[in-house]
Amino acid sequence: MAEPVLTVRNLNVRFRTGDGILHAVKGIDLDVEAGETVAIVGESGSGKSQTMMSVMGLLASNGWAEGSVKYRGEELVGLSPDKLNRYRGSKLTMIFQEPMTSLDPLYRIGDQIALPLTTHGRMSKAKARERAIELLELVRIPEPARRIDSYPHEMSGGQRQRVMIAMALANNPDVLIADEPTTALDVTVQAQILELLADLQKRLGMSIVFITHDLGIVRRFADRTYVMKRGEVVESGQTADIFAEPKHAYTRMLIDAEPTGRKDPVSQGAPMVIEAKDMTVTFGLKKTLFSKAGHMVRAVDGVSLSVRAGETVGVVGESGSGKSTLGRAILRLLPAGGIVRFEDRDLMPLDRAGMRPLRRHLQLVFQDPFGSLSPRMTAGEIVTEGLLVHEPRITRKERDRRAAQAFDEVRLDPAWRNRFPHEFSGGQRQRIAIARAMILHPKLVVLDEPTSALDRSVQKEIVDLLRDLQTAHGLAYVFISHDLAVVRALSDEIMVMKNGKVVERGNAEAIFEKPKQTYTQDLIAAAFLRGLEETKPGAMGTPLSN
Amino acid sequence: MLSFILRRFMSAIPTLLVIVTISFFLIRLAPGGPFDLERPLEAKVMENLNRIYQLDKPLIQQYWLYLTAVARGDFGPSFFLRDFTVAELFARGLPVSMTLGGLAMIFAILIGGTLGSIAALRQNSGVDYLVTGLGALGLTIPNFVVAPIFQIVFGLTLAWLPVAGWGAGTWRGLVMPVTVLALPQIAVISRMTRAAMIENLRSNHIRTLRSLGLPLRVIVSHALRGAALPVVSYLGPAAAALLTGSVVVETIFGLPGIGRYFVEGALNRDYTLVMGTVVVIAVFVLLFNLVVDILYAIIDPRIRYD
Repeated sequence: MAEPVLTVRNLNVRFRTGDGILHAVKGIDLDVEAGETVAIVGESGSGKSQTMMSVMGLLASNGWAEGSVKYRGEELVGLSPDKLNRYRGSKLTMIFQEPMTSLDPLYRIGDQIALPLTTHGRMSKAKARERAIELLELVRIPEPARRIDSYPHEMSGGQRQRVMIAMALANNPDVLIADEPTTALDVTVQAQILELLADLQKRLGMSIVFITHDLGIVRRFADRTYVMKRGEVVESGQTADIFAEPKHAYTRMLIDAEPTGRKDPVSQGAPMVIEAKDMTVTFGLKKTLFSKAGHMVRAVDGVSLSVRAGETVGVVGESGSGKSTLGRAILRLLPAGGIVRFEDRDLMPLDRAGMRPLRRHLQLVFQDPFGSLSPRMTAGEIVTEGLLVHEPRITRKERDRRAAQAFDEVRLDPAWRNRFPHEFSGGQRQRIAIARAMILHPKLVVLDEPTSALDRSVQKEIVDLLRDLQTAHGLAYVFISHDLAVVRALSDEIMVMKNGKVVERGNAEAIFEKPKQTYTQDLIAAAFLRGLEETKPGAMGTPLSN
Repeated sequence: MLSFILRRFMSAIPTLLVIVTISFFLIRLAPGGPFDLERPLEAKVMENLNRIYQLDKPLIQQYWLYLTAVARGDFGPSFFLRDFTVAELFARGLPVSMTLGGLAMIFAILIGGTLGSIAALRQNSGVDYLVTGLGALGLTIPNFVVAPIFQIVFGLTLAWLPVAGWGAGTWRGLVMPVTVLALPQIAVISRMTRAAMIENLRSNHIRTLRSLGLPLRVIVSHALRGAALPVVSYLGPAAAALLTGSVVVETIFGLPGIGRYFVEGALNRDYTLVMGTVVVIAVFVLLFNLVVDILYAIIDPRIRYD
């Protein structure tokens, strides 16, 4: 085989932190051949991003790399930023996980794309502009000649990631490093970006290094795969071999971590917990003294749903579909039109005070396990805070006993209840958030993307936990998520939402096996990367065609 | 944008009206009047004075008279500096204060901005500690301490510069007061620039520039533009304060600016002078806030007012 484009040998990355030195990458070896796609897979904290950040000389100021990174035989580790700039942006380029913030909000995208062209290619401004339009066309931005003068905030997340790709490809690089390039995007957009990358590779012939936690992407796109865990490569080889016969236990665990199982049906006689009819939520700007009335947006538009005890209704949709707003409207946390009945009470006429005694039965768990727990309260205080309102008479000792019980129920060590949120991992924090809801013995829990911020293996544990809690207490769930695999594993019934309306609803199996609406079909195809298999063969070793 | 500016001018009128009203009645609440001297005036003289200056009329009528006069651009005669109208006092003093304050602001922005950027780029280095240290010093040492030290060192010992006096606005007379005015501003601006730059240099879009192998020059210019937003919002009110004069600096260096008027006017119950000062300061504050808002829109394309 020819000499690899990129060779990493015994690479170590360390960070100086408040708690001493953190050894993030522990002496790994890695090769990237010309024109191939290599995936680096691992969960958060595995060192997969830091490996490639050190290749690009982008480590945070408290971090440093040791070992060897060679680009076509030239050593990159230890180069000054000036010397490294001969490779960065021309031979080696990178796109990132955060398309929303990776472009400078203050400059037109055309000017940003022109930067690597005028710097590395010494192009004139006029020529760079022409090339920028070509590049926008290449990444399939419609009307490139007009969009070149747009600002980033005038573009969607997917379009911004396309612009990032255009910038990265401006100088025909040999290696494109893609660090979770689609994680922050909606599934349908994600599929388009992946398809674009595969197609560009076919046309331009560069190597792609995919850093991802998503095994679906790895399976479809990568020729070879490195599996990383705690700073080490635990397994590497041809992707097909790794999936067919994973050798390391960790790899097997990752592959098995895809949520599985199906929801057992609920008996017909189960009592109705919540019934919402014709829910409508409208957002808009009020008319003020100096401005005309702004346009109104119907975030939720005539949606009905009902959940029985022990039943889960999955609400699926892309960002902006109104699914979270619906969840809050049902709990009467937002002004909304329509009817909501909890058991046999009409909730709509109740004011805040009237709702308060019912709140314990209607709980909410949020997506962000970092932002939704007060950093200045112990886990125990967070979990028992609701008791102070709903059962103010119980003693401190009894509260503590209930906290221990709740911790036990969500499978956290009760001895940890005096710790603060930052001492817990993301998955543990989500358990705390669930315990906070469970301690009040609710009847309905609205789960708003409770697993979206978590690694797959942790997701699976949370899914199992939610399932067990439901069985034990006959809970009614409204499960809001864009993650179709998780929704499928948990739901009896599924509602697909788009632009505030229900596009399709029905039994979970029916929706996944025989989706009727095109939108649902697209969503499912994108989520499970169906129909993209064809892109991989032929991507390897295609000669540079530009 | 034009309609926004027009709207802001329109909304400035009620704001000014509220300010004028509150100050008008507040200053009257203070005990004593403009003609109360240590040796009381003869009752007849007092009566005459009050009549001439229309202080014998009911308060509400005085207020109305003042408002209509101001609307015509007449700020009335000074009650204490009796040979001058308020407008004349400002016509003389305002150019002095604005020259001092304007120069001090320009220096502060240039020097403070540069120091802050260097400190941010060399975070936690000797240069950084020096800049932040000097910044703390510049903030903590008051100008009534710095000014006399300057006068002794540069005016008396070295005799490079005149100790005090306006000197008809020659640069030699300006150096010391401008420097004393600028020092605390340099301190604040360098600290703000440093903090904003550090935040910007860590941002994802700067990481993108680094990943593209762009030279430091490009990275700094992008980071500076992003860092300018918080600094600019400080500069608006700061410029308004500097341009309307400083009591301490003008007094120590014996400069004929307007900074003294507010204090002297208040002490002497010089109602019209106090009111004039209030209006001038209010206009400056409103104007510079508008300038800040316009600059915001120029720097950040996401901000649109229409």
